[in-house]
Amino acid sequence: MSEHDHDHGGGHHDLPVAARVRQLEERLIAAGLASDEEIDAFLTRLYADASPVNGARMAARAWTRPGYRELLLSDGSAAAAELGFGGSGGLGYQLRVVENTPELHNMIVCTLCSCYPVSLLGPSPGWYKSFAYRSRTVREPRAVLAEFGVALPEDVKISVWDSTSEARYMVLPLRPSGTEGMGADELAGLVTRKGLIGTALV
Amino acid sequence: MSYVVGQRVRARAGDPDHHTRIPRYVRGHAGQIVARLGDWPLPDASVAGVTKAETCYAVRFAAVELFGGGDHTVTVDLWESYLERA
Repeated sequence: MSEHDHDHGGGHHDLPVAARVRQLEERLIAAGLASDEEIDAFLTRLYADASPVNGARMAARAWTRPGYRELLLSDGSAAAAELGFGGSGGLGYQLRVVENTPELHNMIVCTLCSCYPVSLLGPSPGWYKSFAYRSRTVREPRAVLAEFGVALPEDVKISVWDSTSEARYMVLPLRPSGTEGMGADELAGLVTRKGLIGTALV
Repeated sequence: MSYVVGQRVRARAGDPDHHTRIPRYVRGHAGQIVARLGDWPLPDASVAGVTKAETCYAVRFAAVELFGGGDHTVTVDLWESYLERA
């Protein structure tokens, strides 16, 4: 890369991690383990239908249908499949959905890397992958929440889930008050990606 | 050695010299099994090119046990060989 290629405006390709990813891709290709085209095709598939709209629809459906809520909490992957997410092969991971209640708030993190249900939440935000979020969320979640502008009452307990295995976690947020008359579509519009990670209330 | 939901366990304290998925901050600490997730390839074996399915559990730790303070809990997914009886 020449000097002229440097992006001093803080663009994504300027990040050290981007260079590391490119080096890893080159090693995979050199070792004959994957081709450039295969890597591109994999990423295209991964992100084609990945959107937080999917997770939002699941949450809203759980708020309006008790049977679906039960399924979502007992077998998240089956609940995703019921809405057709993940295609015919399913999600490809075990989805575990953890429910917020008036007494308990859940937060998702991956301290070892950045595991997360991409197909249901869309590409992960930069802060989710940051060292600060990953190291601080397990240690001082209430302070992290405060920095996201979330002030939980003192008596609300916090449960943090560290995604260290094949399972992927998603939060079922608390249904906001005053939404009793809303249908699932309208409710889904209220659910944000942060709400599904647990760094915002809905 | 397999574990049941509700059982107290301890995350092994050792520091392996190979790839592993047991975070440092739980090593040596006691927690409780909250779910049996499934039998999945143990990352420590996968990295050596060996597929070895092993039961993975969700294990809940109190923040005060892990960090000496805090009133929250942290639940971490840990393979069976990362655990021992507490």
